[in-house]
Amino acid sequence: MRHIISLLMENEAGALSRVAGLFSARGYNIESLNVAPTEDPTLSRMTLVTIGSDEVIEQITKQLNKLIEVVKIVDLSEGDHIERELMLVKIRAIDSDRDEVKRLADIFRGNIIDVTDKSYTIELTGTSSKLDAFLATIERNMILETIRTGASGLGRGERILKL
Amino acid sequence: MSVELTGAEITVRCLQEEGVNYIFGYPGGAVLFIYDELFKQDKVKHILVRHEQAALHAADGYARSSKNVGVALVTSGPGVTNAVTGIATAYMDSIPLVVISGQVPTAAIGQDAFQEVDTVGITRPCVKHNFLVKDITELASTIKKAFYIASSGRPGPVLVDIPKDVTQQKTVFAYPSSVSMRSYNPVVDGNSRQIKKAAQLILSAKRPMIYSGGGVILDNASDALTELVRLLNFPCTNTLMGLGGYPATDKRFVGMLGMHGTYEANMAMQYCDVLIAVGARFDDRVIGNPKHFYSEERKIIHIDIDPSSISKRVKVDVPIVGSVSEVLKELIKLIKASREETDAHALKEWWKQIDLWRERDCLRYDRTSAVIKPQMVVEKLYAVTKGDAFITSDVGQHQMWAAQFYQFDKPRRWINSGGLGTMGFGLPSAMGVQLANPKGVVACITGEASIQMCIQELSTCKQYQLPLKIINLNNRYMGMVRQWQEFFHGNRYSESYMNALPDFVKLAESYGHVGMKIEKPEDVEAALKEAFKLKERLVFMDFITDQTENVFPMVPGGKGLSEMILV
Ligand SMILES: Cc1ncc(C[n+]2csc(CCOP(=O)(O)OP(=O)(O)O)c2C)c(N)n1
Repeated sequence: MRHIISLLMENEAGALSRVAGLFSARGYNIESLNVAPTEDPTLSRMTLVTIGSDEVIEQITKQLNKLIEVVKIVDLSEGDHIERELMLVKIRAIDSDRDEVKRLADIFRGNIIDVTDKSYTIELTGTSSKLDAFLATIERNMILETIRTGASGLGRGERILKL
Repeated sequence: MSVELTGAEITVRCLQEEGVNYIFGYPGGAVLFIYDELFKQDKVKHILVRHEQAALHAADGYARSSKNVGVALVTSGPGVTNAVTGIATAYMDSIPLVVISGQVPTAAIGQDAFQEVDTVGITRPCVKHNFLVKDITELASTIKKAFYIASSGRPGPVLVDIPKDVTQQKTVFAYPSSVSMRSYNPVVDGNSRQIKKAAQLILSAKRPMIYSGGGVILDNASDALTELVRLLNFPCTNTLMGLGGYPATDKRFVGMLGMHGTYEANMAMQYCDVLIAVGARFDDRVIGNPKHFYSEERKIIHIDIDPSSISKRVKVDVPIVGSVSEVLKELIKLIKASREETDAHALKEWWKQIDLWRERDCLRYDRTSAVIKPQMVVEKLYAVTKGDAFITSDVGQHQMWAAQFYQFDKPRRWINSGGLGTMGFGLPSAMGVQLANPKGVVACITGEASIQMCIQELSTCKQYQLPLKIINLNNRYMGMVRQWQEFFHGNRYSESYMNALPDFVKLAESYGHVGMKIEKPEDVEAALKEAFKLKERLVFMDFITDQTENVFPMVPGGKGLSEMILV
């Protein structure tokens, strides 16, 4: 099952490599990972998307908790949560394709943020599966370049990850 | 204005504040300022080893045989890489160590400077935590944290990497009196509801079994464990790491379990209905094939300080996270206060079954042999030292015979590399044990292959007059490798014969020690007596043992606990 794990950790050099090292040393999957400082500059928040059986996910959370720099951790997928990912995608757009791409971008509520006579660059946010769906609608050879941030997430309502 | 100290002075002052008696190390460019400060004081005594691996093992032996944190000091680059084996050894067995390593100056980091390695990177997967101190004002608090992290929760090695320029810079020294870290707060007390559940399950057991590991030794919980076992009259087994956690000479002790455990211990593990695991982690050498282990139904209570040890390899019914000594004490209280009692009749039947298993006499060997049997040497060693020695060992058959035949009644007497299985551990760890226990009798049980991995430490032993007794069970083979080749590789003894062995007697003598070679069974006891009379001397005893002897019982890899190969 796909899990989205969110953690608060000390904003220290080396903390990220401890997490990455843990995953490779124990043979866990990382689908995506992102990290940035929070409003409290001494803390970073990381979102990790991983796939594994319940037992594996239990071990992953326990092992992450064991890392000295990890302050708090929550498996967002255990409850209601909001998930967003940002994607930038550069699409070849000439002649009649230009309208078609623009229309698709509108349907997916994407913004065109860069235009040349041969291409559009579209900014799209949403759940990872929405981004997947968008890409699936575009012909493969029209996609010139994509970059995705990996998912970020928060618990809904009162579910708050804070110190 | 308060005086400022250099980073090197601060480092040594911190060690003094922590009450460190011994530091095991080896100098080099990056740590010269620290060595300079060590030179100027005499509170922290430095033990100069002959290889950094040995510094780690010695600090490790020191920690295992006392209740203190072991401390080692190595230089950057090769000093660190040599130390890695020792760090990993301590990590696998959860031994509290603080390792101080020198690093190239801050400005040179990342420049491929002379003797630069990414120490924090190289050691990351085999330490509990590590630090690179780039700012001198954080040096004292970092060392304080290192000691705290190493010795609390599930213990482990912590490394502090100090660039050379930081040891030269100055700042005001203040050693923090306490540590508080928002990201690290190990639990102590177990959940009381879970403990209650455990007590009920224990009292309802018909075929109970107590299985205890290294966690009992590390948490100084042997007294509590012993009290619980006696209170309940349950059978008790120890893992290789847990030996001495429960007195081996007590009749409730069914021997070590696992790959080379006793028949009765492994059978009782397999067929119990309630298993109480205390400070143990169900590793592959202990329960064999987990699927086979599951094939019998039992309820499992698991007490451990480390939540990630619980339900890692085996699903358990009553997990209790906490300090094992605290949880055991709570359990004892509850059981004593309970109106319920154990099922005396069922227990009697269970003991009858266990006694039948015991009758298999699974550790028997040929006592009339004309060549020296290694088991016999260990038995005689046990008799001559009256069971009161500290025994370190290397890795191989000799390690298993030591574990099977020396009966440990006290914790912290059996010192071996269980998790990593590091050949070369025996001699240097014995040095640390002897320094921690100056009046103790210390013997290292080893093999002719293992001993050669850190043989250079005979020189350290001479320098500090450490009167170790080295029991070399010399079978001219990497015996454990040979045994596997005999059982699983069609007797093809690929590269496991130890050719071109040195004359160990002369070798010992050349280092200034006493050497003895023993070739006949009838000479074993007298030789041991003679050696242990030489209280001031290191004696290297080279026992020429049966080349073909194997360790039994044996649970082959991938097999279940009840599928032992027996003698
Ligand atoms: C550093 C290291 N290298 C290799 C091994 C694999 N190994 C395990 S036991 C063993 C043989 C040990 O031989 P010896 O010390 O003579 O002991 P014996 O088994 O004969 O008692 C080897 C090579 C190991 N455990 N450690």
